[in-house]
Formats: sequence, C-alpha cells, structure tokens
Amino acid sequence: MCGIVGLFIKDKALEPQLGALLSEMLITMTDRGPDSAGIAIYGGDAKGHGKITVQSPNPDVDFKGLDTDLGAKLGTKVSAIVKSTHAVLDVPAEKLEEARAAIAELRPDVRVMGSGEAIEIYKEVGLPEDVVKRFDIAKMSGSHGIGHTRMATESAVTTLGAHPFSTGPDQCLVHNGSLSNHNNLRREMKRDGMKFETENDTEVAAAYLSSKIAHGENLGQALESSLNDLDGFFTFVVGTKDGFGVVRDPIACKPAVMAETDQYVAFGSEYRALANLPGIETARVWEPEPSTVYFWEH
Amino acid sequence: MHASNLATAPVTKVNYAPKVFDLSKITLREFNQALHDITDGATETNWEVLNPKGSHAVAVGAEHAISIDVQGSVGYYCGGMNQNSTITIHGSAGPGVGENMMSGAIFVKGDASQYAGATGRGGMLVIDGNASSRCGISMKGIDIVVGGNVGHMSAFMAQSGNLVVLGDAGDAFGDSIYEARLFLRGEAKSLGADCIEKEMRPEHIEILKDLLARAGITDVKPEEFKRYGSARTLYNFNIDNADAY
Repeated sequence: MCGIVGLFIKDKALEPQLGALLSEMLITMTDRGPDSAGIAIYGGDAKGHGKITVQSPNPDVDFKGLDTDLGAKLGTKVSAIVKSTHAVLDVPAEKLEEARAAIAELRPDVRVMGSGEAIEIYKEVGLPEDVVKRFDIAKMSGSHGIGHTRMATESAVTTLGAHPFSTGPDQCLVHNGSLSNHNNLRREMKRDGMKFETENDTEVAAAYLSSKIAHGENLGQALESSLNDLDGFFTFVVGTKDGFGVVRDPIACKPAVMAETDQYVAFGSEYRALANLPGIETARVWEPEPSTVYFWEH
Repeated sequence: MHASNLATAPVTKVNYAPKVFDLSKITLREFNQALHDITDGATETNWEVLNPKGSHAVAVGAEHAISIDVQGSVGYYCGGMNQNSTITIHGSAGPGVGENMMSGAIFVKGDASQYAGATGRGGMLVIDGNASSRCGISMKGIDIVVGGNVGHMSAFMAQSGNLVVLGDAGDAFGDSIYEARLFLRGEAKSLGADCIEKEMRPEHIEILKDLLARAGITDVKPEEFKRYGSARTLYNFNIDNADAY
C-alpha cells in the first residue's frame, strides 16, 4: 500500500492553495497507510536565500537559540521558523552546505529533513490529518508539492523512515512499493561516499537519483537509469526545485492516476485523491504507463 | 394460466423512476446493503448512484436483474461478483472492475485500471476506453470487450471466455493462456508464453459478431480481428520447456 499525492501548479493564481489542496488529497489517502505521513512543499524561493528543514525529538531544547548559534558560527544572519518538531532555517544560499555541517556540530540530535532554495519537508509518525495539522500545511503556498502516507514494509515506523526522502539539494522522492536490491545498491553508493540515515529502501532510491544527478544526468535521465538499476516494485514521484516527475516500474502493480488541466498536473495513488480538485470533471485523467518517465518543469 | 388464477395473481407494479443513492449524503455501506436487501420480485429496477468520487467496492455483490447507473468515476472492485444486474459506470473505473463477475453486464464509459474482469466467470464487461495491465487475468468464462487498448499481460492465464480488443495490446498478450479466445483488432506489442495467432474460422466470426452486437459496437467488422489462443505446449510440465515458464 502507501498513498502518494502530488500537485504541480501551472497557474500562479492557484499557488496560495497548494498546501490546502495537497493536505486534503493526502488525508483522502489515509487508509492506504496509517504509519507516518510527510509532505514536501516547494515555494517562496527568495533570491540568494537557502532553507534547511530540521527536525528534533526535543524541539524545545534543540531549537532554542539555534538561529543565533548558527548565525554566529556562519558569521551571518540566520532566522528560524519553528513548527512543532520541525524548524525551517533561513540561511544564505551559498552557505547551505556549511550550515548543514554546523548544525550537526551544534545540535547533534537534530536531523536535517531537507535543504535547498525552495524545498521544505515536514514528516512525522501518525495519520495524515494529524501531521498536516501539526505543521499547518493547509496555509502554505507554493509552486509544487508531494505528499506521502506510509504503510511500512522495509524499515521501522520512525520519523526518519517517513517519506519524502531528500538526498540532494531541493530533491525529494516518495515511493509506493518495495525494492529488492536496495542493500546491494546502498553498499555500492556508500563506497562512493554517500551517507545514509536509515535502512530504508526508498532512501536508497532517492540517493540513487541524487548520485546520478551529481554525476551530470538530468532528472529525466536519472529516472530512465533507475528503470535499469532498481529491482522491485515502485511508483515514484520526485520533486526538484522547478520540476515534478513520475515513473513506474515495468510491472506497474502499484497504482497511479494523473490529471492535467490548464491550472495543474496532479498525481494520486487513486482517483479519490483527485476527486475534489478544481476542474477535475473536465481534466484529462489517465494512468501513467509502466517504464515511462513523466516530467514537468516550470 | 387459467382465468381464475389470473384474477387472483398479485398485481406487480413496475416503478420506472430511478431509486437514487447520493454517496455524498449516505455511506457506501448503506447503498451496498440496500442492494443486498433486494428480494425476488423487487419492483424498483432502476438504481442510480451519485457522487461516487472514486469510492471502492461500489455495487459489489449485486444479485438481481436491476440496472445501476453510477454517475462518476469509481475506485477498486466496482461491480465485483456481480450476478444478473447491469451496471453502467459513467466515468472511469479503478483496479479490478467486475472482478469475479458471475453474470449480468458492466459497462464502463471511460477507462478501466488494471486487472479489469479478473477471474470473471460469466457475464459481459464492456469498456469503451482503454483498460490497463492484466485485463482479464485468469478469466474463467467472462466476455470482455475493450474499445481501446489493453496493457501488458492481459489475459494472463486466461482459462475460458472471450477477450475482444478493438485497439492494441501491450507486452505478453495472453501469457500462459489456457482455453480463452482472444480477438485483437490492432497489434500486440508481444505475445506471452504459449500464446499464438490462430485461424479465424467461420464459427469464430459468428462468435465475435455476437459479442460485438451485445457490446453495442456496430462500426467494426469481425473480419478486422485476428484470433489468438493457446499453443497448448505448457499444459503439462515438460522439462524441455523449463525456460518458457
């Protein structure tokens, strides 16, 4: 099981509703996976600014003074917006990597959910409704976003085991399915210097794409490569700073429905997730083909 | 019947106004329960379902000869195990539409997702649009007519019945097929193990003519189709065939 939703907005007038629409879509998919839920929202990228979403099991302790401590370490101004167990740190874009290293040093218990110029990631154990409320997702605007509700199979039900997985700047991936060669791939990528936070198969898929992109492939090419190298069942939805992609394995037993209008491209594990979108009655609705890469870019 | 019996026979009033179930106002379970509560000789034979919004298991387990019009798209297993009733989905259907159908008919005006008509034992499933992968998997007597294309592994392990495809078929069409008849008007991307093209004899033209007529398709001739079926080389295990499994 697992439920995936995604929304890529084409009409800027709809951007303020991204969080609300995506929240409702994700809640509709609750019975596909009750273990954990997560959402990645792309938006609000101001020139020169970078964002790091961090999570802590003890937010009161860890987030206290984190902005000033990090600012002092980087020698620049850092601001933070705290939302429950997560905080989004605003740092200069060119200092993103430096800031991630500094956070690991300053607050060893804090985990980085994702970072980049546009991405914010919120994920926790629990039902979609509780998770989206906790982080006030419905109020968020943005250009595109991806949500996931998990029925755990390959690794433990934890915050870090929740989707989306982000293994590169402004990149994220959600997955319905299970991979059978993830241990082998993880070993190979570890040898190449990639770091892994979990034993989860999906993290390997995300890292695989990040590694291909780091070696010069674009997202479309990386997704094509995944069809050759990843073994198992998968429907992936991926996000980048400007784009939104979908790919299904050749067997394609994990469900997927897409809808497109002049205003948006939407993805749902089931049609139910799309049923309340504006203009769905006249949208082009189709099922993505197996072994076929779909990609939209702003 | 004698005149005296006629006079005492109960008068059956047929109610032609549709009995409407709005799924935005009642639960799916209430609708399906009402469907299961129908007794023999029911007089309300036109049922209508509004606002399905992709719900699962709409009109599963119908047993009586009524018509059910579903106004919108449905999720998994619509019309599963259907007997006698005629279900029309005025939208698209999710996975497993008409799964294990026994008799009656299901018409899908849009597309159908994977494994449409899976394990169906009888009746007719007509999909105006495309059906995705595994259409008619393990079919056991159902007749399936698809106006568009079917996805990969359609009619996988099909045992009996007919699958008619007006468009093209994906990879591994009819893989490991037993005795079902496959009629394909377009091209198959590839044929599955033990599936071969067979001669279209006059009796097959007659069968296909009847299937198309019952599906309401009038603009296509049976002669435009090719017939596929089992080469029957995988029926019994033979060590020389091990690679084909």
